[in-house]
Amino acid sequence: MRCRKCGEKAAIEIRRHNTAFCAPHFVDHFRDQVERAIRGQRMFGPDQRVLVAVSGGKDSLALWDVLLDLGYRTSGLYIGLGIGAYSAESQQKCETFAAARGADLLVVDLAGEYGFDIGEIPTLTRRAPCSACGLSKRYLFNKVARERGFDVVATGHNLDDEAATLLGNVLHWQAGYLARQSPLLEESAAGLARKVKPLYRLGELETAAYAVLRGIDYIVEECPNSVGATSLRYKEALNLLEATSPGTKMMFLQGFLDRARALFVGQEQVALHDCPQCGQPTTGDACAFCRLIGEVQRRKAERAERRARRAVAAAASAQR
Amino acid sequence: MKVILRHPKRREVELAGRRRVEELLKELNVHPDTVLVIRGGELLTRDVVVREDDVIEVRPVISGGAGAPRRRAGRCE
Repeated sequence: MRCRKCGEKAAIEIRRHNTAFCAPHFVDHFRDQVERAIRGQRMFGPDQRVLVAVSGGKDSLALWDVLLDLGYRTSGLYIGLGIGAYSAESQQKCETFAAARGADLLVVDLAGEYGFDIGEIPTLTRRAPCSACGLSKRYLFNKVARERGFDVVATGHNLDDEAATLLGNVLHWQAGYLARQSPLLEESAAGLARKVKPLYRLGELETAAYAVLRGIDYIVEECPNSVGATSLRYKEALNLLEATSPGTKMMFLQGFLDRARALFVGQEQVALHDCPQCGQPTTGDACAFCRLIGEVQRRKAERAERRARRAVAAAASAQR
Repeated sequence: MKVILRHPKRREVELAGRRRVEELLKELNVHPDTVLVIRGGELLTRDVVVREDDVIEVRPVISGGAGAPRRRAGRCE
């Protein structure tokens, strides 16, 4: 297989474009697609400060790499979630990446700053760890962006992620989520930071290939909590369709963005106000993150009380 | 050849003979759009012939997801 641009041996085939590229021309193609997304959606300009949410995985580090390479003003944000060895390794990958490029990396440690981590969630609450994880990340991305004066939060969601999310939201007719599914969510007066997904035109085969060709050392293993995830089943279903009809995922997503999303916008208006505890925007009384912290603290206090009672009972029994 | 697979857990498979990457993936029952095939840091397209003495890594590219049922359908950030 030969590169479409130069005729040299190809490193990657992109079936939805019916083309193949050698390594240098693929990196050019990747940059072009990211620039096209940023300019086409008016995500941010060269003078604006971009907070890149990084997990140590291929997508977020590829995104940070390409934005640095294109000369944008970026800082990385890593959230220490406390998911055992997986979190330790992913943090190390982010730190090594940032150090090698002299890039600014902010780290927020959930246990250190809020007194709990995702590993404790199943034993302390009835919540699924992924629900608490997603909630904590969304909250902290917004909080750090607002407090530190970033213009925009960028995440590494790619075409496969967005198409799978769309499939899930359509299957369940989640009108509110469909209204908000976009590569660009504008900043809101109520305090939500502007959010962008500059990789939405690139599939995950492309983000992984870019990471390998650019020598990015990313965490290949998946989060242990993601085993059996619904979104992975949606990805498999879309890959089956893509195998016989290349371009299906892009057509599905782009068609929705161009022709269907507007039909959902404004259907489920929600009023946001400041959380009385932390000041972040919320629809309820206290925000979901403050409610989570409250629940964790309550359970920890109950647990400590039970332990203390058992210790007193054991001491009394020993005296008898 | 030695084939290193990374999903669901890291394991190694020994295969005899030479074959195209396309045939190798078919034998391993792996969808070509879901993996990178890597030989010594070089990415291989499906038409490349891999040899008996090659060490090949088949690296998955599908990422994300939340393990438990939930209302929001997307991949974690």
